[in-house]
Amino acid sequence: MAMIAGQKSRLTWAVHLSVVVMVVLWLIPTVGLLVSSFRTTDQISQSGWWDAAFSVEKAFRDRIPGDGETQEGGVYVLTGNLLTNGQNAADLKSGTTITAFGTSGIKPGAYKAGETAQTDNGTMTVNADGSYKVTGSASFEGDGPRVYFVADMPPAFTLANYRQVLFSDGMGQAFMNTLTVTIPATIIPILIAAFAAYALAWMEFPGRGLLIAAVVGLLVVPLQLALVPLLRLHQDVGIGQSFLGIWMAHTGFGLPLAIYLLRNYMVGLPRDIIESAKVDGATDFQIFMKIVLPLSFPALASFAIFQFLWVWNDLLVAKVFLPANDQTKVMTVKIADDLLGSRGGDWGILAAAAFVSIAVPLGVFFAMQKYLVRGLLAGSVKGG
Amino acid sequence: MSPILQGIITIALGVGGCIAYFYASNLVLDKVIFPPRGADPGRNINRANMVRPWLFLFPAIAALGLYLAYPVVGSFWRSLFNRDGSEFIGLGNYEKLAGDDTFRQAVFNNFLWVLVVPALATFFGLMAAQLTDRIKWGSVAKSLIFMPMAISFVGASLIWKFVYAVNPEIGMINAIRVAFQLQPLDPLQVPFWNNFFLMVILIWIQTGFAMVILSAALRGIPEETVEAAVLDGANPFQLFFKIKVPQIMPTIVVVWTTITILVLKVFDIVYATTGGNFGTQILPSYMMQYMFRDDGRATAVAFVIMIIVLPVMIWNIVQARKEMR
Repeated sequence: MAMIAGQKSRLTWAVHLSVVVMVVLWLIPTVGLLVSSFRTTDQISQSGWWDAAFSVEKAFRDRIPGDGETQEGGVYVLTGNLLTNGQNAADLKSGTTITAFGTSGIKPGAYKAGETAQTDNGTMTVNADGSYKVTGSASFEGDGPRVYFVADMPPAFTLANYRQVLFSDGMGQAFMNTLTVTIPATIIPILIAAFAAYALAWMEFPGRGLLIAAVVGLLVVPLQLALVPLLRLHQDVGIGQSFLGIWMAHTGFGLPLAIYLLRNYMVGLPRDIIESAKVDGATDFQIFMKIVLPLSFPALASFAIFQFLWVWNDLLVAKVFLPANDQTKVMTVKIADDLLGSRGGDWGILAAAAFVSIAVPLGVFFAMQKYLVRGLLAGSVKGG
Repeated sequence: MSPILQGIITIALGVGGCIAYFYASNLVLDKVIFPPRGADPGRNINRANMVRPWLFLFPAIAALGLYLAYPVVGSFWRSLFNRDGSEFIGLGNYEKLAGDDTFRQAVFNNFLWVLVVPALATFFGLMAAQLTDRIKWGSVAKSLIFMPMAISFVGASLIWKFVYAVNPEIGMINAIRVAFQLQPLDPLQVPFWNNFFLMVILIWIQTGFAMVILSAALRGIPEETVEAAVLDGANPFQLFFKIKVPQIMPTIVVVWTTITILVLKVFDIVYATTGGNFGTQILPSYMMQYMFRDDGRATAVAFVIMIIVLPVMIWNIVQARKEMR
């Protein structure tokens, strides 16, 4: 008995452990990019994002300014601060300390901060706070010595990437464009589909089974087929590549799933309610508007989330049905065509751009997960 | 006019237009065409009810016909013409495809994707579903594994490109390689295997989908069968593979086919990572290379994809009709 109990707890541990491993594996890539979006490009290439929470040591080179020397008891002295007034001041964040320094590039960290180094004709002392004192037996004549130092930079996070992406790189405009494409393309198919789904679920007419089969078939038609003929059609009727065109395209492409999901849901509504409304003399239009539509709210929400995520994240339809200029580019196109090309190595910018585009879908996802799951189940477990 | 304003007007017109259409058409049908009065009011009501479903269906059928059914025919027709559509060349485009090495490479790679991605995504999904069902914080774990579903393929490609980056201070893969004293390399340029590194991205996205559906199916298994097996002394592995999995087989098939269809359509991942270079071309991204440049060739590729999807489509329809009976 004891052995069985032992086995059981070991198995439970194994389960917990495997789930932890899986969650970590699934989460790490996203976390990596998220952390990187708050770091400067320099930081990203100097240390892995997994080290972002720790401080970084980096070697610098500087030349001590030779002007402003003073004389102290026969020796010439230069004083100042490497961190606040040196050539590297712009790269050094507040909180940076110097851990070591040196007089030659071969050993940039030969002396600990606070120690005194012997130079050719004098001494050099650099303290942790960056202040230095250089002495020489002869005048420097405006030409100070070279100094190398190792700085310990504290972890630093910045919003600069987001500012850059949103206001200079055009992601702000692209964000608005994505929003402009997504909202009408999410709302318009819902009503059209709801009426059709009601007819397919609750009205008797010849050819109903055939129509349902057709909807199921159209669910899997590859979008690729639609691109060339429809773009052609849009151009012939004068819509061309425009927002109107992409709204209509997304409406058409979203309809099979919408009808399918809503019909599956509406069929499951209690028959009594609808029959008794009919007996009471309600027309189909009234039944639909007053009974079926309100009761179908969960299914409507499910589809709306699907369509929203799908349209927001779409690249293919946007590339084909919207003109390729900065005024109309959506975020996915912007990232895939512009940023990955021109800023291929600029990971801070790329990461920030990715998170600007991911933020809204993630918010919707976590807020409305219940409906999303419900819709997935209705769409796939039955029939599908 | 600003696009945002245009959008608001479109929403108003779209929604208002829909309601107006349905309301007005029903009104016209009941009051004008077949009013329930005159010589035979009953017959008129019956007639009106015969027509009404089609009023409800008309906008949807028109949109589906125009945006999904017509393009199947239209694309095939267009694929029989040359580059700019001026000359009928029969199956010329298909012949060109058959003779193109990149196309054959794309077909081969697509075949790999179809074999690997649905299998692994379903497998991991099944594991995740079973494991998370047994623990308290399972729902949190589920929603974290499910999360990539909300991320666009482009975003996901970027996330993984970062993981694969050559610089060992950026890419985790190379950081690990360097920690083991190996030279850093670019995973996306390793011949043949780079295809699998791209597949990882889609598996990462789709596992959550498989998990959610399979977890619901696992919960739907009747308790008695599980209890009977436990009483008979089945160990947890036997319980899972011999009792539970066979009972949710139909759902596994549904998940598998759904992901298969998706694999045949996704062009974003290859487009945003390698652009089809280094031998990673697949059919959808191959098609996009010709889009806008050679519509004849592009539609021919699209039609090839359609032919590959066709068996799944027919299977789906057969299943749906079985369900309805």
